Amino acid sequence: MNIKIKVNGVEHSHDVEPRLLLSHYLRDTLRLTGTHIGCDTSGCGACTIHVDGKAVKSCTMLAVQASGCDIVTIEGLSSNGTLHPLQEGFNQEHGLQCGFCTPGMIMTAADLLKNNPTPSEDEIRHALEGNICRCTGYHNIVKSIQYAAAKM
Amino acid sequence: MSATSYIGKSVKRVEDKRFTTGKGKYTDDIILPGMVHGAFVRSPYANSKIKKIDISKAKAMPGVVAIFTGADVTPLNGVPCGWQVNFKNGTTMKEPKHPLLVADRTKHVGDPVAFIIANTREQAKDAIEAVVVEYEKLKCVTNPAEAVKPGAPLVHDDVPNNICFDWELGNPKSEVDEAMSKAAHVTTLDFVNQRLVPNAMEPRSYIGSYDETSDKYTLYTSTQNPHLIRLLMCAFVLGIPEHKVRVVGPDVGGGFGSKIFHYTEEALVTWCSKQIGKPIKWTSERAESFLLDAHGRDHVTKAEMGFDKDGKILALRVKTFANLGAYLSTFSTCVPTYLHGTLMQGLYTTPKINVDVTGVFTHTNVVDAYRGAGRPEATYLLERLLDLGALEMGVDPADLRFKNFIPPFDGVKQPGYQTQVALQYDSGNYEGILKKGLEMVGYKDFRKQQKEAASNGKLLGIGFSTYIEACGIAPSAVVGSLGARAGLYEVGQVRVQPTGKVSVFTGSHSHGQGHETTFAQVVADKLGIPMEDVDIIHGDSDTVAFGMGTYGSRSLAVGGSAIMKSIDKIVAKGKLIAAHKLEVSGEDIEFVDGKFTVKGTSKSLTFGEIALTAYVPHVYPADLEPGLDFSSFYDPKNFTYPFGCHIAIVEIDKETGKVSLKRFVAVDDVGTVINPMIVEGQIHGGVAQGVGQALHEGVEYDEEGQISNGSYMDYCMPRADDFPMFETGSQVTPCPHNPLGVKGAGEAGCIGSTPAVVNAVVDALWSMGKKVKDVRMPMTPERVWNAMN
Repeated sequence: MNIKIKVNGVEHSHDVEPRLLLSHYLRDTLRLTGTHIGCDTSGCGACTIHVDGKAVKSCTMLAVQASGCDIVTIEGLSSNGTLHPLQEGFNQEHGLQCGFCTPGMIMTAADLLKNNPTPSEDEIRHALEGNICRCTGYHNIVKSIQYAAAKM
Repeated sequence: MSATSYIGKSVKRVEDKRFTTGKGKYTDDIILPGMVHGAFVRSPYANSKIKKIDISKAKAMPGVVAIFTGADVTPLNGVPCGWQVNFKNGTTMKEPKHPLLVADRTKHVGDPVAFIIANTREQAKDAIEAVVVEYEKLKCVTNPAEAVKPGAPLVHDDVPNNICFDWELGNPKSEVDEAMSKAAHVTTLDFVNQRLVPNAMEPRSYIGSYDETSDKYTLYTSTQNPHLIRLLMCAFVLGIPEHKVRVVGPDVGGGFGSKIFHYTEEALVTWCSKQIGKPIKWTSERAESFLLDAHGRDHVTKAEMGFDKDGKILALRVKTFANLGAYLSTFSTCVPTYLHGTLMQGLYTTPKINVDVTGVFTHTNVVDAYRGAGRPEATYLLERLLDLGALEMGVDPADLRFKNFIPPFDGVKQPGYQTQVALQYDSGNYEGILKKGLEMVGYKDFRKQQKEAASNGKLLGIGFSTYIEACGIAPSAVVGSLGARAGLYEVGQVRVQPTGKVSVFTGSHSHGQGHETTFAQVVADKLGIPMEDVDIIHGDSDTVAFGMGTYGSRSLAVGGSAIMKSIDKIVAKGKLIAAHKLEVSGEDIEFVDGKFTVKGTSKSLTFGEIALTAYVPHVYPADLEPGLDFSSFYDPKNFTYPFGCHIAIVEIDKETGKVSLKRFVAVDDVGTVINPMIVEGQIHGGVAQGVGQALHEGVEYDEEGQISNGSYMDYCMPRADDFPMFETGSQVTPCPHNPLGVKGAGEAGCIGSTPAVVNAVVDALWSMGKKVKDVRMPMTPERVWNAMN
């Protein structure tokens, strides 16, 4: 099936198998490998991207379902060479170690801050429920998001 | 303080930018030209005979390139075990073959039966369904204490009673029995230290590639130790020349032990790539990670601690059945023995200790090192006994510890402490760390708060854990005498470029630890140059000399020490070059703040000037080689012994039994700290994993040997809303035997935290009059509710 899809501001058109997951389309077809796949059950959140402005786990969608959508991945979050405040915050507050969950964490947090610019610690922790990190114990991820919230 | 003073500072990580912008390069991100994809047919049964296998239909499926079965790899060796543990009577442990593919008998669910290679991942998976295997299902056993009983199903027909080895350490059992018989009080605990899945977030991924023109293989692998994988695969499994194999461990998304080991899939993609003439990628699905990433823990233990009437510990007696799984993983045998039995002294002066461990095969996935590896199990045992003993004797758990602590010693003026279980501790101040923990948590007020809470219908509990671990693994001669089949040194090469910029090649491997930052801090600080002038290179066997990788909290203590040796050689040679140019003798030169200076004068040359002279040696000592590039191997003199105090405060919901972690205080002494931010991050992550074991995680095998919670829908991973902000503190007792004074911080959090949380729950239950000894981990609401009601 043919899909037309806008990713990080660039229009793409591809013929894809109907069963192709959006996460695999982004990684294998577009070679945007910042979107990571950490599980098979939509449980880890590493593949979180923005679809039409909302955080979505890209393994829960087929590529064909995303036809016509406007997608932003971790590669498209910074603009004009300036890091997004969350990207800066994760560095400043040591919100990452191995980095594998980081793109999903940042994309989830960006969605949170768009809808709630001054979240409480509890609200941040609740928003991260769908994203697993095995390295940080979440402590510094919470602080990273607080850093970005203060900056934005 | 000079501008290039970096040690002790929370320098922001230099590796972060690629990860926060999606530019990290993990193995699954790599696509090689002509690459094809692998998928496995895996046994659905734990113990079964393969009666027939038919691949003809699958071979004809679209895109299928080749299918390999057990018969094809029968001539190849299996993956080896790297540590030999002997039976008490001196005979060698049982070491059955762990084949790359199973030909006749499956021994656990997920055992690989066929390897399908196809043009796409989807085509390979489609073909799995078309492979017809006829199994004869047999009875299985999954519990190690059951597996040793007469009549239990055998995992390997030639291993009687499923016993791989029996082993003991410490004082003779008769002496321990005698000391125990004189105890005024004996605290006894029968418990299970449950099986865990490491759950690194990056699933294991391998690409094998063979180049005919150079007769050379390349393996990209999500590993913690590329060189060790190369050695094991070349010399023990495939019998291919080591210099014809390049192993690359690119960015790796967490390990926690599970990526130390040489897995069958690594050898298979490498070997098959030559057979079919194409690069092959296999990436584990999460369901396969649950089945096959080496699991951790899984001990069934009875432990007894005897106290005199004043609360002094007289004796400790331990009997453990350690589940090894169906085969021996790379370091599986040393985990319940030399990384577990050797820690039974804890922080205490216990005069008589005997620990007895039986290593057992079962029809389950392999068990090996998982963050802490043996030391969490030992700490859990000791610290549970201490808090439970205090409750049973009606004494304060902190006081009981103060009464039994080994007195402070620095390992320089005072000698190291010789334990009853082989190790000699390097330096320690155990009273200090508990005092600090008590202050931070406000212990004086806690019991009042607990009573007040109780009067308001709330149930609070406090739990302690004062732990020690053996890190900086390890002196080669020592571990060799204990059965290790490898040396455990590290290599560090410091290459000064002509312009004074520095490339550092380390055998350590970062998979989240931040070596690119911490190691650069050390090098820049010692050479007096900006950090930006230092690059840390790791993870490629073609680039880095033979190194041993990262596990056992060893990177800075062993890898950093190797780099320090090379720095010393560079400074010594720099002094000779400077002395020649400044026309003085070498002894007259001192190296301070990046300058080679004639002592007592202002005459000096910069580090950059010396570097350039070394490579443009026009004015140069006659008998000195050009260049400024040194490689060193460092073999540690002893293990390092970090220690700490973890205190948990929990609240239990009386209606549901749900445990909430209200506060967690961690005071850790990891020796000298290079980057406090990174050390704290390691502690946070370790604590979360340890709390995960206490409250959330645990593999459930059913009677058929199936994992009944093998996905993120079913296995409870700790998530952000399970934790409060952690409260961390530190104390510094430098390691006396390595040049940086560092001890290691990677596993501390995971070792100290688990018993603190369980102790807190038990304390809460005793405070309401429920005098239970144990709540089995994970302490689910159901288990806690049952303990209350």
